[in-house]
Amino acid sequence: MENLTANLYLLWPEFLLAGLAFVVLTADFFLPAERKNYLALVSILGLAALIIFTTAFLLNRNAALYGGLILIDRFSLLFKVTFLGLGILMVWSSADFVKRYLSHPGEYYAMVLFSILGMVVMASAGELLTAYIGLELLSFSLYVLVSHAREDLKSNEAGTKYILLGAFASALLLYGISMVYGVVVQVGIPAPTTFEAIATYVARVNSLPVSFLVGMALIIAGLGFKVAAVPFHMWTPDVYEGAPLPVTAYLAVGSKVAAFALILRLFAQAFLPAIEEWQTIIAILAAATMVLGNLVALAQRNIKRLLAYSSIGQVGYLLMGIAALSASASNALILHLVGYGVTNLAAFVAVIAFYNATGKDEVADFAGLADRNPFIAMALTVSLFSLAGLPIFAGFITKFYLFLAAAQADMLWLTGIAVFASLISLYYYLIVIRQMYVEEAQVKTPLSLSWVTGGLLGLLTLGTVLIGVYPKPLVDVIQTATKAILP
Amino acid sequence: MNDWLLFLLVAVPLVGGIALMFFPSRNYPLIRGYSAAVAGVSALLSVSIFFAYDYTAAGFQFTNSFQWLPVLGIQYSLGVDGISVLMVLLTGIVFITGVLISWNIEHRPKDFFVHYLLLVAGVYGVFVSQDLFFFFFFYELAVVPMYLLIAVWGSSTDFKTFLRTKEYGALKLMLYLVAGSLLVWVGILAVYVAGQGDSFAFSDLVSREFTPGFQRFFFPFFMVGFGVLAGLWPFHTWSPDGHVAAPTAVSMVHAGVLMKLGAYGILRSMELLPEGARDWMPALIGLGTVNVIYGAASAMSQKDLKYVVGYSSVSHMGYVLMGIATLDALGVGGAVLQMFSHGVMTALFFAVVGVIYHNAHTRDIDVLQGLAKRVSVTTALFVIAGLTSLGLPGLSGFVAELLVFIGLFRTYPILGAIGVIGAAITAVYILRLLAKVFFGPISERWQHLHDASPVESVAAGALATVLIAVGMLPSYFVRVINSGVLPFLERLTGA
Repeated sequence: MENLTANLYLLWPEFLLAGLAFVVLTADFFLPAERKNYLALVSILGLAALIIFTTAFLLNRNAALYGGLILIDRFSLLFKVTFLGLGILMVWSSADFVKRYLSHPGEYYAMVLFSILGMVVMASAGELLTAYIGLELLSFSLYVLVSHAREDLKSNEAGTKYILLGAFASALLLYGISMVYGVVVQVGIPAPTTFEAIATYVARVNSLPVSFLVGMALIIAGLGFKVAAVPFHMWTPDVYEGAPLPVTAYLAVGSKVAAFALILRLFAQAFLPAIEEWQTIIAILAAATMVLGNLVALAQRNIKRLLAYSSIGQVGYLLMGIAALSASASNALILHLVGYGVTNLAAFVAVIAFYNATGKDEVADFAGLADRNPFIAMALTVSLFSLAGLPIFAGFITKFYLFLAAAQADMLWLTGIAVFASLISLYYYLIVIRQMYVEEAQVKTPLSLSWVTGGLLGLLTLGTVLIGVYPKPLVDVIQTATKAILP
Repeated sequence: MNDWLLFLLVAVPLVGGIALMFFPSRNYPLIRGYSAAVAGVSALLSVSIFFAYDYTAAGFQFTNSFQWLPVLGIQYSLGVDGISVLMVLLTGIVFITGVLISWNIEHRPKDFFVHYLLLVAGVYGVFVSQDLFFFFFFYELAVVPMYLLIAVWGSSTDFKTFLRTKEYGALKLMLYLVAGSLLVWVGILAVYVAGQGDSFAFSDLVSREFTPGFQRFFFPFFMVGFGVLAGLWPFHTWSPDGHVAAPTAVSMVHAGVLMKLGAYGILRSMELLPEGARDWMPALIGLGTVNVIYGAASAMSQKDLKYVVGYSSVSHMGYVLMGIATLDALGVGGAVLQMFSHGVMTALFFAVVGVIYHNAHTRDIDVLQGLAKRVSVTTALFVIAGLTSLGLPGLSGFVAELLVFIGLFRTYPILGAIGVIGAAITAVYILRLLAKVFFGPISERWQHLHDASPVESVAAGALATVLIAVGMLPSYFVRVINSGVLPFLERLTGA
């Protein structure tokens, strides 16, 4: 057994992040009420500093801590930076909401920071229980965030639903982990829940025992709940609708990107040798998720529910990357995660901006937005077109890459379904766009837009276009991350 | 400098469109002048590229290439051959005239011109891209602005028994075109993967070997996918509805240029999958024949002037498809010339119909009567477009259709004969239309009808001039076309 403190310094980013969270949390007790909103700025600056520190500190380090429990490599680095950046965007997009509705901003921002910590652990976990702990830290922070609008019954209902179903999913996941453990430990491989041990086991046995397959299926189901893949998606629309808007955005982007970081590493480093066993199942899950998510989105009249179902559809595309797992698919998956993250955040921030000004969130309320605030309308249109996968926006190249990866894995049928699902999605995005540009507004007063939210919206829209026009630098970075998990 | 011509050709409207977003939205003269300047520069570039193209050398010229995403083998590579250079010219002509025709748009002109410039940038991009990814990229880019252009600035058709709102037309057009493009997408991915999976460059892919079975299976993805945009029957129904609902300039670009983009896509995909293409040509020629007859017959029974033009486009695109499917030098050459000729002609048609609608506020054929007595310029322009449409010698349509027919009679004489019947039906509905709307007794209502404004006259007059010029001096055009078509057929038939 190696010395437990030997490589502890490699976890500096995690320690500092936890420290930042505690500082923000406790500062809330002492700061006078009018100063509390500086905590947003503190969080943002802290996260920005952490991004720089983490990148510089871990850029050329590769290590497996504690016999492979935590992996320090380019893959985890890329996602660490992504999550820290996401944290900045999340805090930024919440600023107006928190200022208006919450009396203790510190609690809220601390929860965000803790959830980021959970994500960071998920991305660097090389072992099932470590990953589980990261996931639970993320989930518990999210349970609190979802029900943060304390006076709002819908928010409370969403929080309760999310806790119950989340706990159920966690139980499935744990049960699956225990079964895998039980099978692998029998053949005497040390540290049986590390990804490496599982991969060794899978490669060694001729045919996998049923108990292992059941364990794997339970893990897939548990993670499926977390990312809202069909048929484990039922909680999504209600929770998305009930949660405060910035939290909904965070759920739709943050928790999904984190869960997919974990799934990608798990499948690439542990389950890949058994690809024949799960490829078809994941492909079918992917197909069902994208078709159902997009079809049900057609019937939605509430913008939050519409975006909820649209994000379920997006999960279908992402799962396609897992089903077609290869270096190319991994590149495509990560690229789509980033592109989807930026785009979907842009869409949500546009909705947040609209909600902040009007307090409404039905699709019909968007009528005439192009006249009332052309900037919000333009940004929302850009992000919806990007989600639909049209050029010159991020969604075009990321989807193109992802569908291409599936085609390369001889799953052109899945690509065909994905392409069909994209067509459906275009229809309901157009319905929103039509409201904004074609329909007449009932109230024609111009809508105000705070510079905080407006600036964020501009930044995200720019990002959406930039990834779509010149993705090469991003793809280059992603390739190095993929090399770390799929050499 | 020549290397950068094509780059500029795409960049000018693209950057111009994006820059226009930051203009003050109330300064109408500035917006108009700026848009006209952008269009003017683009048109000048188009014309100079067309005349600088060396048809004796043939092959792809003005080539230039930039790495974009090397990991997937995607390059932004540009080049034009004898076929695409003509399409570039067509785009330039329609672009500038479209801006002039839209001179008096009052509803949010800035947003209109932004979308319009981006649309044209997409069209240019398709014609000059030598990389399958960018080909598709620009193809989709051209589709993006369509929805808002039609839904916001379009016009609805409202007869008592027949209601088509602009929103309906916009949505239908958008969904059809994207559905078609998605088929193409699947096809492109399949071709990429089967062709070693390392390059999207057109020049690489045409040299890859695809098994005959693969080609036969995947060619329809391209044929139907692009066919949707080309108005291929039975996937044409978006076209009349969409074109009628669109504002004039967009109808001009769409019917004039975008439908050609579909036919152009079919041509290019034939080069990719030659054996598959050969097997599917009989189907294409059959559907093209239906296009000709069905489109003409439908045009005959329309009450809305714009719908007549819309269906006549479906009919004329049938000749293009038939000509391509002959795989005969004259037939394919004629088809390409028809693409150009029909593009200019239909742009002229829509421009004049737009002028009439703007002044008369109706497009109902039963109501419009004897306009010739009052609006001479409008009438003259419409007559030129009409005569081109029915294939009068001396105008460009005659040369193009004649070549297509010769090609047809050399390969599929029976279908050729049916095609000629289509031309006869065209003559019937065009002449009937001219007689009724323009040359009948004028009704009291139109005694004070305004003629085309000077700007409109110049724009439409320029289009008419092109029709006459090509009709009188087709040889230069035919030479340029042949420099593209002959190598194309060589590759395709191995002859």
